[in-house]
Amino acid sequence: MQLSTRHLLGIKDLTPPDISLILKTAEQFKEVLQRPVKKVPSLRDVTIVNLFYESSTRTRFSFELAEKRLSADVINFSASASSISKGETLLDTVNNILSMKVDMVVMRHSASGAPHFLAQHIPAAIINAGDGINEHPTQALLDAYSIKEKTGKLKGRKVAIIGDIMHSRVALSNIYLLTKMGAGVTVCGPPTLIPKYIREALGVEVNYNLKETLEWCDVANVLRIQLERQNQVLFSSLREYSLAYGINRKLLDSLKKEIVIMHPGPINRGVEIDSDVADSKQSIILQQVENGVAVRMAVLYLLSGRSQKNN
Amino acid sequence: MRVILSPKQLSETVNKLADQLNNNHKDLNDVVFVGIQQGGVVVANDIVAALQQLHPAQKVQYGQLDITFYRDDIRKEVLAPDTMNIPFAIENKTVVLIDDVLFTGRTIKAALDVLLDYGRPAKVELCVLIDRKEHRQFPIQADYVGKTVQTNKTDKVKLVNKEVVLITQ
Repeated sequence: MQLSTRHLLGIKDLTPPDISLILKTAEQFKEVLQRPVKKVPSLRDVTIVNLFYESSTRTRFSFELAEKRLSADVINFSASASSISKGETLLDTVNNILSMKVDMVVMRHSASGAPHFLAQHIPAAIINAGDGINEHPTQALLDAYSIKEKTGKLKGRKVAIIGDIMHSRVALSNIYLLTKMGAGVTVCGPPTLIPKYIREALGVEVNYNLKETLEWCDVANVLRIQLERQNQVLFSSLREYSLAYGINRKLLDSLKKEIVIMHPGPINRGVEIDSDVADSKQSIILQQVENGVAVRMAVLYLLSGRSQKNN
Repeated sequence: MRVILSPKQLSETVNKLADQLNNNHKDLNDVVFVGIQQGGVVVANDIVAALQQLHPAQKVQYGQLDITFYRDDIRKEVLAPDTMNIPFAIENKTVVLIDDVLFTGRTIKAALDVLLDYGRPAKVELCVLIDRKEHRQFPIQADYVGKTVQTNKTDKVKLVNKEVVLITQ
């Protein structure tokens, strides 16, 4: 069994068997992470560079830990501490790093499509760790893993994605993945934050009413309000957003059933989600983080054999 | 294709191995049995079932081990892993590794690497159904052997449908 792709640029390029293979492999890596020695020698002699052009804590730590648990050699690069500030182009930076014999590149960039551009120009395997408002494939994979682990399956599950759908790469990757695997998706948020033709384009339902959406779903994936990506005012205030779309205890208690709460982090406590929800038993936010390492190990492992060793 | 062990001979061999293991390990408290995925687990299931019959009052400690992440030929091909299940501590225990065919010794070397990441066993023993003795690439031998067979290097020895066959290339 192998993946149908050499890079992980987005969930859009993956087939359902690819997704199943990654999730199944991640289960075995999760077992590795429970052992006394949480490390396997699989990626010995594989060099991976983490290219982060945009700030990140969770994803960067998670990738770095996954790489180290696989025994890979790791180089970390963050834009602020590098020659980017001297005006070097993306391609030049990467070619320089590649001449140091790097096999895989994990990349985050604020421009949508940056990893796709890179994949056309260099021989290493590229893993997208988030590109602009396009995709964040490993987040969607770890969300799917967590849903499957918590509720037993993906097919037929009803998942609500709530919040800033317009600017969220997490939302787009999740929509691709969940619809490919046969789950039902409803997006919910203020009309200004939901793309107009999303129903036709991506096959999801749209509901602007939070209570109705929560009554419908098994799992609610609550997104972060991304103030840094909004150059126009799309809702009047955080307080108003919180009143209409914030998830609080009172709202959850008024539902007829107990739903699972997810959040990709970082949490804006008191805005999209209240503390007594985020820290409750219904929430699997910290399990998502834990599963992230196993899922990223699976992706790195499965792509490691496919790179053309650059001699 | 030649049959090395018929279904009847296979079950006799499994019982013989279970008897030998039983004679050497009177106290099952200090010994755990670990089958290697995938063929070894098939053999280990039968051996452990036979041992369990000999000790109805005691639960035989049995796990399954997968070497995929520890293979030394990982650069050639990336394989999907099998299930790993070691539901007990191996620290200071005698571990009996069980595999179907002992050939180059590389699988056992990898299995030892896996095992040591779970703890420090007091002793590790190896039990195999078939030994292809003349093709070893590492200094590894088995403590319990079901049957030793002469083979060519390119032959394949496989456990299929409750019999062991030799396939000549």
